Amino acid sequence: MLFFENVRLAFSSLLANKMRALLTMLGIIIGISSVIAIMTVGNSLTAQVNDSMSSLGANNVQVYLNYKDTKDEVTEEGYVFKADDPTKVALNESDLFSKEMIEELCEAFPDEIYAVSLTQGVGQGEVKEGSQVAYVNLLGASVGKFISANIEMVDGRFFSEAEMKDARMLAIASEKFVEKLYKGVNAEALGKTVNVYIGDKFYPVTIIGIYKVEQTAMTSALMGSSDKVTDLYIPLRAAEELSHKDYYYSFDVIGQPGADADKLAGKIKSFYNTTAYRNSRALMVDALSLKTMVESFNTMLGSITTAIAIVAGIALLVGGIGVMNIMLVSITERTREIGTRKALGAPNSSIRLQFVVEAVVICIIGGIIGIILGVLAGTGLAAALGTPASPSVSSIILSISVSMAIGVFFGYYPANKAAKMDPIEALRYE
Amino acid sequence: MAKTIIDMKGIVKKFFIGTPNEFAALKGVDLKVYEGEFVAIVGASGSGKSTLMNIIGSLDRPTEGEYLLDGVNVTEAKDAQLSKIRNSKVGFVFQTYNLIAKTNAQKNVEMPMLYAGLGAKERSERAKELLELVGMEERRKHLPEELSGGQKQRVAIARAMANDPAIILADEPTGALDSQTGRLVMDIFHKLHKEQGKTVVLITHSPELAEECERIITIKDGMIIGERKGTNKAPSMEANEEKKEVGA
Repeated sequence: MLFFENVRLAFSSLLANKMRALLTMLGIIIGISSVIAIMTVGNSLTAQVNDSMSSLGANNVQVYLNYKDTKDEVTEEGYVFKADDPTKVALNESDLFSKEMIEELCEAFPDEIYAVSLTQGVGQGEVKEGSQVAYVNLLGASVGKFISANIEMVDGRFFSEAEMKDARMLAIASEKFVEKLYKGVNAEALGKTVNVYIGDKFYPVTIIGIYKVEQTAMTSALMGSSDKVTDLYIPLRAAEELSHKDYYYSFDVIGQPGADADKLAGKIKSFYNTTAYRNSRALMVDALSLKTMVESFNTMLGSITTAIAIVAGIALLVGGIGVMNIMLVSITERTREIGTRKALGAPNSSIRLQFVVEAVVICIIGGIIGIILGVLAGTGLAAALGTPASPSVSSIILSISVSMAIGVFFGYYPANKAAKMDPIEALRYE
Repeated sequence: MAKTIIDMKGIVKKFFIGTPNEFAALKGVDLKVYEGEFVAIVGASGSGKSTLMNIIGSLDRPTEGEYLLDGVNVTEAKDAQLSKIRNSKVGFVFQTYNLIAKTNAQKNVEMPMLYAGLGAKERSERAKELLELVGMEERRKHLPEELSGGQKQRVAIARAMANDPAIILADEPTGALDSQTGRLVMDIFHKLHKEQGKTVVLITHSPELAEECERIITIKDGMIIGERKGTNKAPSMEANEEKKEVGA
């Protein structure tokens, strides 16, 4: 009963001082809206990362070479033997992954490895057709690359096994490439033999297939020129012959469906580090499952979001102090009213309740306006980033609770001051 | 013998102004007010009458002595109990009305009932009755700032009556009003006293106003120095009666 009466009272006293109430709320509005907006954008980014990562296949394990962790050795007498700096050790082909080593790995874990994705770059170059030029990255790829990168064929065919083995100069081009040189007519491109100019050399390849170019907002943002240069795939062996390289710094392993990528990563690491790389002076093998990468990326994004949200939360704190300040002014102005209420028999508790409710009402109204603005700004920004996202219901509930808590916390001190006023002094106040 | 509403014995109120100085505003006051009396307490400013009023109204506790208000011991009451005593036993009327701003006449009258925990319907009915009693029923939806001084004071009297208190304690109720409106307000006190049998304690520095009460208590330097009977009649009533007599 008294509570509703107090809410009504709080509204009428806010309406009596609209400008002041609005300015007081502003701090809360800014704080809450920025927290909500940041959380929403954070959600959007996380969703984007997860989308693009899972399209790369969560079952994949990236295997790569890393420098060894070396430690200086200290003898009992205190002599220090400086360890070799692994980055200073000269590397040669035999230090890298050879095809035999990769085959050994596949043979060791036939139940867990579905395929291996290997790529060998020949170089960036251009293909001319009349007055049109298409820029390409000539890349040798194993079948696994097409699986792990989810490359979808839209026309033509894939390399046959014999063609891959014989290192035939056949190519699979992107839609963009066809668009650029053949105005998007696939039939014109298929079967054409084009010259890829790289530096002062040129390599003739025959186009037999066309693949779809997947493009998300993030990939285009990260690789702004990706629409200009597209990959032109040729059989891996052909690329090895053209580049005279048949060793690799890294490769991707595609796990069998249902295989645990994290466990597989561990097995691959220990497989190499106990055999081929056991005695390497500088290098060791690391393996990272995409799952782990996504998780660590999400954790990173999450902590960035939280950090920014905390900064926004400071705005909220400042807003709360503003509320406290105004409440202190308000009770000073209304000292006589407080005295009168006390004379009429209001107990201290109900005076306290009245002013706490008033502070909470300010904060909740500010909170609601802040949520509306924050949702608008957050969803707007998320849509602009390419992945629409909405703030979670929990963050809205949290915001409302936080603004209530701020009202109670920062309203309590002034309210208590009002409650403890001496009625005689308060009635005499001019 | 009528019931004793105010029963004060040896009331002393001291104020401490720094350790060596203490100032006794009341130096041993014995006072009895009986049910249905209309008592005026008069004194110059600084005589201790405000301090006495604060104690009568349970806004303050005496330093020494014993005070029973309508049988309840105020001397030892805690803050929360004092609030309750003020709410149920005292109806304050202030010189400056002290209506709550931005709150209409009816809500102002309802306020003591709100703190007494009465339901909305009950409050609203009683507030309407009381406003009718003081002739303000037409203006019950008006805000204090839309009312004249006399109207505000009538609303304040209705508010003082809200919980049917044991005493109405009026502190210079006509002090801020012109003589005509002041008359009107005094007439309401007479009406409450005569028709409703209310116990009214009027605190004033005006001898004319004191004269129309039943009993006049004079206070000086923190002590009661005199007590005498008043006319217990409003001058306007006398004037009317005289006119009647003349006419007869």
